[in-house]
Order: sequence, then structure tokens, then C-alpha cells
Amino acid sequence: MRQDSFQGLALDQVAIRLDGEILLEIGCRIRPGEILTIMGESGSGKSSLLDFIAGFLRPDFEAGGRVLLNGRDLTGLPAQERAIGLMFQAPLLFPHMSVLQNLVFAIPASIRSKTDRRDRAERALEDVGLKGFGGRDPATLSGGQQTRVALMRTLLAEPQALLLDEPFSSLDRTRRADVRDLVFDLARKKGLPVLLVTHDEEDAAAAAGDIHPLETGRMAG
Amino acid sequence: MTKAAGLRTIPALVTVCLLAGPVLAGLAGTVLPAFGYLPVLGYGSLSLEPFRQLSAEPGLVRSVALSFGTGLVASLLSLAIVLAFAAGWYGTATFRRISRLLSPLLSVPHAAAAIGLAFLIAPSGFAVRLFSPWATGWTRPPDLLIVQDPMGMAMTLGLVAKEVPFLFLMTLAALNRPHVRDYFKAGESLGYGRMAVFFTIVLPQIYPLIRLPVLAVIAYSTSVVDVATILGSTTPPPLAPRLVSWMNDPDLEMRLMASAGALLQLMLSTAAIATYLALETVASAFARASATRGRRRQADGAARRTALGVMFIVIAAMILSIALLVLWAAAKSWWFPAALPQHWSLERAGNAFILGLPALTSTLALAGLAAVIATSLTIWLMEAQGRSGNGSQRRLKLFIFLPLLLPQVSFLFGLQMLFLVFGLGGSFLSVLLAHLVFVFPYAFLSLSDPWQRLDPRYEKAAAALGASRARIFWQVRLPILLRPVLVTLAVAAAVSVGQYLPTLMIGAGRIVTVTTESVALASGGNRQFAALYAVLQLIIPLAGFSLAAAVPAVVYRNRAALRPALF
Repeated sequence: MRQDSFQGLALDQVAIRLDGEILLEIGCRIRPGEILTIMGESGSGKSSLLDFIAGFLRPDFEAGGRVLLNGRDLTGLPAQERAIGLMFQAPLLFPHMSVLQNLVFAIPASIRSKTDRRDRAERALEDVGLKGFGGRDPATLSGGQQTRVALMRTLLAEPQALLLDEPFSSLDRTRRADVRDLVFDLARKKGLPVLLVTHDEEDAAAAAGDIHPLETGRMAG
Repeated sequence: MTKAAGLRTIPALVTVCLLAGPVLAGLAGTVLPAFGYLPVLGYGSLSLEPFRQLSAEPGLVRSVALSFGTGLVASLLSLAIVLAFAAGWYGTATFRRISRLLSPLLSVPHAAAAIGLAFLIAPSGFAVRLFSPWATGWTRPPDLLIVQDPMGMAMTLGLVAKEVPFLFLMTLAALNRPHVRDYFKAGESLGYGRMAVFFTIVLPQIYPLIRLPVLAVIAYSTSVVDVATILGSTTPPPLAPRLVSWMNDPDLEMRLMASAGALLQLMLSTAAIATYLALETVASAFARASATRGRRRQADGAARRTALGVMFIVIAAMILSIALLVLWAAAKSWWFPAALPQHWSLERAGNAFILGLPALTSTLALAGLAAVIATSLTIWLMEAQGRSGNGSQRRLKLFIFLPLLLPQVSFLFGLQMLFLVFGLGGSFLSVLLAHLVFVFPYAFLSLSDPWQRLDPRYEKAAAALGASRARIFWQVRLPILLRPVLVTLAVAAAVSVGQYLPTLMIGAGRIVTVTTESVALASGGNRQFAALYAVLQLIIPLAGFSLAAAVPAVVYRNRAALRPALF
């Protein structure tokens, strides 16, 4: 089956092994603007899968299969060249930079002018209701605010797909829905294929897309 | 793949060559002359003559016993003081206050500490002066052999004063592991006393991390030269200073005997380490047996107070010693039994400072270069190693710490002769290389932990944003780790300043530092000048650590996440 013309993110017969034992096997396609949710308990190899797609898989793992993004084969490319945005459980704003510097860091170098770069970052802050927060120390922001900045940092790098590694799990219940809707909305608006990894039923329901349960390799084998 | 693997091994290769090269070459250069082979001086055949001469030296057994005894006792005492204090007080405000006092004391070079301690405990020293003549009746210094006593007690104290801060900081780093506090809570809620929890639950987990530093302390203490020269017995002296004087003897034949002695020193230090390992086995068997008996040992109040008291005495002695160095440096006349100088003069200090400027310049140049090279190499190594497996890392670590586990004289003799043969004796470059052998392990020790503990997801986040490897390094990892990098530079510079024997042997009198000068002046009995140079020894590390604290505090004044964590 040729998948080269497929628009979106495709995992083609991906299998990850550790010490010869299969951790997980998966094959799926995510169209632009769609969200695929992967549900699985911890230890089911979720983080290995994300590492494989984003280009961070440790050398002691063996992986087979291909990752295709808009027809481009990413397998074997360094993380930097994959154009895949990544959000972690923690916002991971760089602690030595201001909020604005964090955002400017993500803007591609092809945008040269300093004022242009600044304006883009400022606009991104406005988009998530954080106007005027640019000069702040990221450590002084609330968890929800930090997650919103992290989202904009990811999007400013102009990714062609989004991987979400339980990015809402650190937020308290009340903020959680707001931030989640914001992330999903923006991803749909930008037409990004999204892969969400979570063990939270609510997250999965809110994503309103296909759900792919992940069994642990040991259980399956 | 192979290209990447190659790139990864380059820093490891450089490290091994830089450390193991001089050590192995030096050892070879010691072993051959020890068996009578030194063609440069016309000795071309192997023989046991150097060992025969060595064994005929008067008082050799006593020298060996002194080195073995003082070194091992000082190491055991230092470890006991540190562990007892950590056991009794970890997690308390007292512990935090004491650790803040001990960290700067670590940067005091051995020689300076020994000179200061001599000012404190000598018969004409500050302690006697405080009680004279009103309590003791002495109007002249009593005729007691307190410093340079034949049993080596002053020397042992001097070593303890220096090794306690070192072992303490190593223990502190080990206690910084996750969950240690929870183990204390878990143990105490089961009804065990605080010290019992430490020795039965916490110590077995953190001991592997402090074992190597302890062995390094034993190797160092059993072969120390500068402290032994200042505080050690002279009738006869411990082995290491005797070896150095033979090595520097105008009669070149003595070098063969000195080399044979260096091998004896190697065996001596190895025997001390073996003795320690045997004691360790006994102690751990005893601890394991007593841990399962269920005795709670809640009444440890007296033991805790004793541990604190001993620690307090060590710190007070160190601080007093340093204060006395400053007093002596600024004194014009200070006759016995006055507790304070009668006349002050900064003019003499100023003159001595100008006189010592060349020594100060070369000290600074050596310290600065050694610190930058050692720290950069550590970072290079860590960046490359971060992406490879664990097995090679353990082997590499052994190489890195090898220079600290061998007595310095055992390979510095050979190294000196090799440099002489290649016409590099007494050059700045050869001294720098010798310093690096000892500075690098400490730079690695200081930086590897914070570097490896940095959340790897920062790197991932930056890479996913499209940042190149170079950009991730310069704009993300390095700035976040600014504080530990600067502290490592300061540690490395302090270690370089403290180097006595490498400078003396490899510098061949042509490269002198404030440390070699102060030891020479102290053993020559010139108190004021010795004090002045000792103060200069203190100022460089002090300036380094102050900068390492001040720069991040200013640069990151608005970055809450990068303020120093209070453990």
C-alpha cells in the first residue's frame, strides 16, 4: 500500500522493541485537523512511541516501520528537521528566558527582522489572552498560563503536526477544559494532524476523534 | 552511525590521554630508575641496588609507619566526623548553617590551612598566648613539641581540618538524591532514632557515592608532602617529604633511591586503602546484622551533641587559623605572649606583595587556564557521553579518578624525569599539564551531576522547535547550567592553586606559585612572609567562588527557577 500521497500524519507498521521484546505495534493515519487519541496505562510504551515519532528514541530501542508527514518520510531524520510540534506533561518553558524570549526562540530563522519576530511573539501572547506578559519570568506564571505559552511556543515554530504527551495532566480541573479546548481549536484552525496521548477519559472524549487503545507488549505477547 | 560513534569517542580519548598518559608514563618513569635503569644519567643495567640503599636509610620504618598511621587515622577520623554529623543533624537548620560555613572552607588550600593551624597550636601560637602568662605562667614559649610532634598528631589534625570539608560536601551531594528525606521520615515513623535511621537506611544507599572520595582522601593523606613539611615530624619525617628531598638532592644517584622509595610509597598507600576496605567489610557486616535486630536506639541525644561539638571544633579551628593568617600578614611585630600584634604594618605586606607578584601571576595563569580547559573538556565529554550507553561511562570514570587514587609522588617523579629528557622541564606548559591531571577529576566531580540531572526534555523541546545542536547547547543547556559551570570553574581554579607537589616537581624551581613559596617560607620559619603568601593562596579561590555566586545572581535576578535551591 502506497501512502506517499497521504496528507497528514501516517504511522506505517510501526513496531518498537526493547531487548527483542515487542513493546508496541501501531499503524494509523491522522488527517489534517483530526485528533487521534492513544489511550494507555503507564508502561505501555506511550513515551517510546512519541520519542520515535519526534526523533528522540534512545539507541537501546529498536524500531521498525515508517513515519510519514504529508508524504514526507521522516524516519531517520533528526528531530530538528521533522517539523513536529511537541507538548510535554510539563510546560518546560526555558527558565533562563523571559516569556517573550521563549516565544521568539521558536520562530524560524527565515523571519529575519527583529521587530517582525517580536511582533509575532506579542501577537501570539494576545491570542491566548496573555497580552503584556512578555517581560515576565516564566516561573511567576500559573500552570495554565505556562501551558498556554508553551502551546504558542510550539505553534510559532510552524509545525506540520502536533504531538501531545498528556499536556493537561498537570492542570487543575477547572482550568483543564479551557486550556484543552484552546489547544484543540488552534490545532483544527491550523489544519494540523494531532496525536494525543492520555490516560484521562475526559481528554479523550473532548478530542472527539478516533481512540486507539494501546496494550502493553507484554500483555499482548 | 560509525561516524557519530567516532565523534562521541574523541572527547573520551582526549580525556584518557590527558589523564592516563601522564600517569602511566610517570609510573614507568618511576619504576625503571627504581630498578637501577636511568640511561640519561649513565645507569644502563637493571639492579636492586636502589632498594638496598633505601632499606639502609636510617629511620625508614618509622617514616613508613608515620605516613601510614597519620594518613589512615586522619581519613577515618574525617569520615567519622562527617557521617556522625550528617546522621545527627541532616535536615535541621543547624545542618544548613554548618554546610554554608563548610563550603567556602573547602577552597582553602592544604598548605594555607596547615600554616594557619601551626599559628594556632604551636607553643608560641595563639592558643598558648591566650592563656599566657596569666594562667600558665609562661613568659616564653614553652619547650613543647606540639607542631612537628614525633607521633604526627599535629599533621593528623591538619589533614582532618582539610578533609572534613571535602568529605562533607561529597556526602551533601550524595544526600541530595531524591527521596532521602522520605527515608528519614519513614524510618523515624517506625520509631527509630535519627542516627539509627541514617546508618541503617540512608547510608547504605548513599555510600557508593562517597566511597571513591574516601579512597582518594586515603591515597592523598598517606602521601601528602606540603602538610607533612609544615606540621609533620622531622625526626624522621614521614615518607613522602623524605622522598622529595632525596629527589632534589644534588647527588643525582639519590634519584634512583628516591624512585625506589616512590614505589614503596605506592605500596604503602595501596596497603592503607586495602586496610580501609577490610574495615569497610567488617563494618557493613556488623551494620547489616544490627539493622535486623529491631533496636530503635531513640536515645541518641548525647551522640548527636557530641557529633555537633566535634564538627564545631573543626570549623572553629579552621576559621581561627585563617584569621591568624590575616593577622600575621598584617603584623609588624607580635612578640610572645601578646594575644594580638603590638604593631601593625601594611607596608611590609605591600612590599612582599610586589615581591611575590611573579609567583602570583603564574598562579593565576595556571589556575585560570587549568580551570577553563578542565571545565570545557568536562562539558565536551558530558555532551558526547550523554548520548551513549552506561558501560563505557563507568570505565571512563575509573580513568578520570585514577590520578586521585595514586600517591602523587609515585608518578610525578617519573613524569619530572620524562619532561627533563624531552627538554620540557620547568616549562609553563608542562606544569599546566601536571595541574590538569589533578584538576580535571575535580571539575568532572563538580559538574557531572548537575549536567546529567538537567531535565532532558528541555533539549527535546528545543529540538522539536527546530533548534540546531549548537543552538540548543549555547542558548538552552549552557545558560540554564550557568551556575554549576561557574562553580566548577571556581573549584578547578582552587584545586590548581592548591597544587604543591606537581608545581614543585615539574616546575623544577623555574615555575613558582604562591603555594610553593608559602611552604618554603613556612618551613624556613619566616612567619610573616609565609602568612602573606598563604593569604594570597586564599584570595584566588575566594574571588573565584564569589564571582561564581555573584554573576548568576545578577544575570538571573528575575528568574525564580534558577535561584540556588536550598536543599
